Amino acid sequence: MALLQILISGLATGAIYALVAVGFMLLWQTSQTINFAQGEFVMLPAFFVLAAMKFGGLSFGMALLVGMLASLIVLGLLFKVLIVNPMLRHGVLPLVISTIALALFLKEGVKEWYAAEAQSFPAVWSNDNLEIAGAVVSVQNLVIIAVAVAAVLLLQWFLARTRTGRCMQATAQNPALARILGIRVERMILYTFLINAALVALASFLISPIYLAKFSNGETLGLAAFIAAIVGGFNQVRGAIVGGLLLGVVDNLAAAYISTQYRGAIPLFVLIAVILFRPQGLLGRAEERSV
Amino acid sequence: MKLTDRRVQAVAGLLLVGVLIAAPLGLKPHGIYLLSMWAVMSIAAIGLNLTLGYAGQISLAQAAFVGIGAYCSAILTTSYGWPFGAAFVMAALLCFVIGWLLGYPALRVQHHYLAFVTLAFTTLVFLVLRNEEWLTKGIYGISGINRPNLFGWSTKAPRDFYYFCLIVLAGVSWFTWRLVRSPWGRAFMALRENPVRASSLGVDTRRYTLMAFAIGSALGGVAGALYAPLVEFIDPTPFALSLSLNLLLMVIVGGSGYFFGPFLGAIVSVLLPEWLRFTDGLYLIIYAVFVMALMVVCPAGLLGLVEKIFKPLSKSGKAAP
Repeated sequence: MALLQILISGLATGAIYALVAVGFMLLWQTSQTINFAQGEFVMLPAFFVLAAMKFGGLSFGMALLVGMLASLIVLGLLFKVLIVNPMLRHGVLPLVISTIALALFLKEGVKEWYAAEAQSFPAVWSNDNLEIAGAVVSVQNLVIIAVAVAAVLLLQWFLARTRTGRCMQATAQNPALARILGIRVERMILYTFLINAALVALASFLISPIYLAKFSNGETLGLAAFIAAIVGGFNQVRGAIVGGLLLGVVDNLAAAYISTQYRGAIPLFVLIAVILFRPQGLLGRAEERSV
Repeated sequence: MKLTDRRVQAVAGLLLVGVLIAAPLGLKPHGIYLLSMWAVMSIAAIGLNLTLGYAGQISLAQAAFVGIGAYCSAILTTSYGWPFGAAFVMAALLCFVIGWLLGYPALRVQHHYLAFVTLAFTTLVFLVLRNEEWLTKGIYGISGINRPNLFGWSTKAPRDFYYFCLIVLAGVSWFTWRLVRSPWGRAFMALRENPVRASSLGVDTRRYTLMAFAIGSALGGVAGALYAPLVEFIDPTPFALSLSLNLLLMVIVGGSGYFFGPFLGAIVSVLLPEWLRFTDGLYLIIYAVFVMALMVVCPAGLLGLVEKIFKPLSKSGKAAP
């Protein structure tokens, strides 16, 4: 029974990792952006909501909307226009450095201008527990899984079934060819940034009630997202989902059965093993290496 | 003026030495401590610059090597009573070997994958330092690390220890200077510019990749071996991932692939916070904005920027790959 509990809470954590990892991977695919600030991107939207409630006097529901909107603008549009666009022509490494600096900026900014202490964040759902087959399962976890799964399915549907989604995939696979076919590549890239912003905001709203909103939350979350994306396969949405879920479950199992001290180490071993022996990820296809 | 010109570099080097020798005169102990920290971080950044700037292997493992070096020298001198010199050599050797081993993944994966392998390594080392209390005393840290007595010269006073760090830094600089101008250095650069072509020209890319990692890591170990007696206390926190990111920023901000890049990067990262004290907590925010702006204007770093200003017609020079 304990196992079922661990699995469900693992899947809940994993679902959040998956959301973040999918966004991370979309950015990489369409614009070669390795976003080292992805963890901070998850940390920030919760503070948008808190600020909207504190300074704007808005209700929680309205504040969530404002938070989502602010994320789309700041983490989607502004991130692309101010940071990524001027850097694209310089290649991968300078952009990596820029996002590392951005992570620092967001972290210190929140600490300086909002709060250094962990802030409680209202839950979208109740804190009750359910008893399923003798196991105690928190409603919160089930809601997280449901919302994350719904979001990911919606995204999959969008990418595979709508015209815009297909154009985005084409852009990710071969920007030059996509441009020749008349796809507005720039706009498609912007869409992926907006989608990433929406995903991290969603992840933020789901995880903050559990872990509280704190400026330093991004460190572990960002790492988890990298690992999930790589373990699953860097070039597939499905891969990132599997990677995220796997990571969440492995993390929780390791904490329960192996060692709480080294729970953080298990995902890292998985990561190193995958990179060394199956660098394309569990579900990914081998990436072509251009000389 | 071209920064890669030997004469310009030699003159700059001499000037730098003069300034560094005079610097601690009239400074309070805290200022001298910061200068020493600058020297230590410069050594670690020089090592990373070899791996990243010259050989083009992106590594986020440098903090782990500083940590390994620091713990190695601290444990050997406090628990086992080794003389500092022996512990110092041991720290460098240990990091050399571990760096060599870490180089193997670098043979298989490149770019962002390598960044993540080395990132995972840093986090793993941090966990070991924190959890293996029998060896590292865990979160309580190791205290009472004495500053060494070298051939009758006690480096206990801050200024003496600063000069000791400076001597090591000079040694490391001389070694690196020779290295990057040797056939090895050229092989490293060939590795960075075009590994396929390098190997077709007969450069043993396998061996040089491992070497780039091992030497860069050994310098990280040297920095660590100095860090422990400088602070006289170590715990795992300073050797977490943020130090790796910080060292990476130092190398890039200074100018990756430039000999003096790491020195400059370390100034920005270690000394600038002190000068920006009047901004209270805003220092890191200013630093972050500065780095982002620098990357937009000139991704080759500050020295790249200088070169660009003095020689607007040349190409961006030896920018990072």
